[in-house]
Amino acid sequence: MRHGMAVGMLGALLLALMVGSARAEVIQIQIEKLAFTPRQVSAHVGDTIQWVNADFVAHTATARNGAWDVMIPPNATKSFVLKADGTVDYYCKFHPNMTGQVMVAK
Amino acid sequence: MVFVRFAGAFAALLLASGIASAQGAKLTDPQIAHIAYTAGQLDIQAAQQALEKSKNKDVVAFAKDMERDHKAVNDQALALVKKLNVTPEDNDTSKALTKQAADKRAELAKLNGTAFDKAYIDNEVAYHKTVNTALQNTLIPSASNQELKDLLTTGLKIFQGHEEHAEHVAAEFK
Repeated sequence: MRHGMAVGMLGALLLALMVGSARAEVIQIQIEKLAFTPRQVSAHVGDTIQWVNADFVAHTATARNGAWDVMIPPNATKSFVLKADGTVDYYCKFHPNMTGQVMVAK
Repeated sequence: MVFVRFAGAFAALLLASGIASAQGAKLTDPQIAHIAYTAGQLDIQAAQQALEKSKNKDVVAFAKDMERDHKAVNDQALALVKKLNVTPEDNDTSKALTKQAADKRAELAKLNGTAFDKAYIDNEVAYHKTVNTALQNTLIPSASNQELKDLLTTGLKIFQGHEEHAEHVAAEFK
């Protein structure tokens, strides 16, 4: 009986995880030739932003409100899970001429 | 005011090369590659001096960024000239740049603390401004090889970022 219950709980857990991951999206932003593309994205709390840096120099995605600061090495991909709603303007600390915006809904 | 003089001198030089180009002595790709590479190396040396002398965290962070980015650009430049089988060619503009950077380094060596930080970052603003103008108006339009043109164009965007970054740091010392 105990074994059956454990399997049942595991199943419920897996189901919860699958439902969870089906809801949360991964939004990809390309970085190439010193530009974030798309420059503006819409997302929900719990979604993952994935920055793909195709440049040969490192960049950052630094929120102007201080909420997050993601370092993206050359030719690398870095992800960040959005934890709060609101519109966040961000830029690259190393090259402030690079800017973007994430609009996060609840 | 010294940095203005420096920028002015380089501008005069580029003007001279512009005149040379009007006379038909256009800069060649090996010369352009040499100028761009030299400009990067000189900024790395300036960064290394700042890393030895400065204790200001924003100045130190900026200098580390310059050292890393200019090395990355120059690594690409070296790979490209190797691929194209081009030997960068020393020229009067590269020589003058090197001489002026050496003078600047000697001048900055005499300064310490905030006086050094301010002079270094002001010069970084002026230096990037001058190099970016040269890239935009002279070096990129003169480059014949498309891959060299593309690398210089990406370089220009990177260095425009540096110019803006330097301006932000310089604002601290106003």
